[in-house]
Amino acid sequence: MMLNLDFAFLTGEVLSGYVVKGFIFSIQLTLVAMLGGIILGTLLALMRLSGKPWLVMPAAAYVNTMRSIPLVMVILWFFLLIPLVTGRPLGAEMSAIITFTLFEAAYYSEIMRAGIQSVSRGQVSAGYAIGMTYSQTMRIVVLPQAFRNMLPVLLTQTIILFQDTSLVYAIGAYDMLKGFEIVGKNFNRPVETYLVAALIYFIISFSLSYLVKRLQTRISIIR
Amino acid sequence: MIDINNISKWYGQFQVLKDCSTKINKGEVVVVCGPSGSGKSTLIKCVNGLEPFQQGDVVVNGVSVGDPKTNLPKLRSHVGMVFQHFELFPHMTITDNLVIGQTRVLGRSREEAQERGVKLLDRVGLISQAAKFPGQLSGGQQQRVAIARALAMDPICMLFDEPTSALDPEMINEVLDVMVELATEGMTMMVVTHEMGFARKVAHRVIFMDQGSIVEDATKDEFFGTPRSERAQLFLSKILSH
Repeated sequence: MMLNLDFAFLTGEVLSGYVVKGFIFSIQLTLVAMLGGIILGTLLALMRLSGKPWLVMPAAAYVNTMRSIPLVMVILWFFLLIPLVTGRPLGAEMSAIITFTLFEAAYYSEIMRAGIQSVSRGQVSAGYAIGMTYSQTMRIVVLPQAFRNMLPVLLTQTIILFQDTSLVYAIGAYDMLKGFEIVGKNFNRPVETYLVAALIYFIISFSLSYLVKRLQTRISIIR
Repeated sequence: MIDINNISKWYGQFQVLKDCSTKINKGEVVVVCGPSGSGKSTLIKCVNGLEPFQQGDVVVNGVSVGDPKTNLPKLRSHVGMVFQHFELFPHMTITDNLVIGQTRVLGRSREEAQERGVKLLDRVGLISQAAKFPGQLSGGQQQRVAIARALAMDPICMLFDEPTSALDPEMINEVLDVMVELATEGMTMMVVTHEMGFARKVAHRVIFMDQGSIVEDATKDEFFGTPRSERAQLFLSKILSH
């Protein structure tokens, strides 16, 4: 079989007309879900480490549930359930943003939990000893160190998140992949468009992981 | 200043503190010594409530540590503590280590806190290290910064938990010098240490602990003259002979 590849139709005009809009959403989704996921994930991690059963149990249940369900199903269910609960549809893009934040929080929380545990007990004691409250000790002493220790892992998780954003095809949200898909249909060139889409995901993810590796050696705290 | 009244503490079945009582008056320097595992570190951590205890009470400057209604952060903010492993905040500069408690806990302005911090850094002889991070300093220097950090809070008393045990031998004296100076200025100090030279020089009283109990609580002269308990005599002969 001959692959008669022809990329001539992928002009700048076509790309900016169909793909850029989707690309911007993919980035938006990644950044919002990362930020929201890390904040929510940190709260979940603090709950799990609090030692208080009424905080530990709901947080553990949430994290374990999210980590046991395929992401694409969470995306679908959230999209289908929300209109049933609120009575009006949320829109595929908004639904995707909320779902990804909630889902990624489970993964970020496990990373932050490990990060918090990597900070020694003595640091907590030192915070307490100069009169800091629990919340001050966490915010000023523990979390900044946990965050720095875990930054490479958090960013690696974000790269995975970026790749996973393509799963919003399940609910028809307009992301980068969707843009390429439409172009492929319009010009009847699905093979070429999917190839280019894959190439772009690869270039972005690969260069980001390279940067993470570089960062790793630079940011570690001097001890 | 510090009243320790019959405190007992258990880790599960194991009793780490057995009915310990002592009293430290204002301006007094008390050295706590004893073999490892004797509960001396646990005892000193009970004084500022870093370790909870099940029985008895500790009263610091009229405030009960064991009372659940006590505002522990407030109490701790004027009880200085120095740890075996320094526990400076590694992600902050030396200056920020000295400033953070003053601004966030005592509510001082950054300028005021910095001024106080600089003064104390100068006092421990480390003014040139102000912009560095803890990891760039030697152990002895870090411990001196840790003492300055505690002093920056204007404590009414200071607790030292084996402040020289994690140091290389040649760095022990620079830390002890700072502590001796503090003691001679009249700071109330409770010091867990094996440095008997320090005890001889500045301590008013020496407490000897063994297996969770206070075995001996004597004035310095009594303690180094003729310790009453056999256990303390044995301990002394072991650590003084080398």
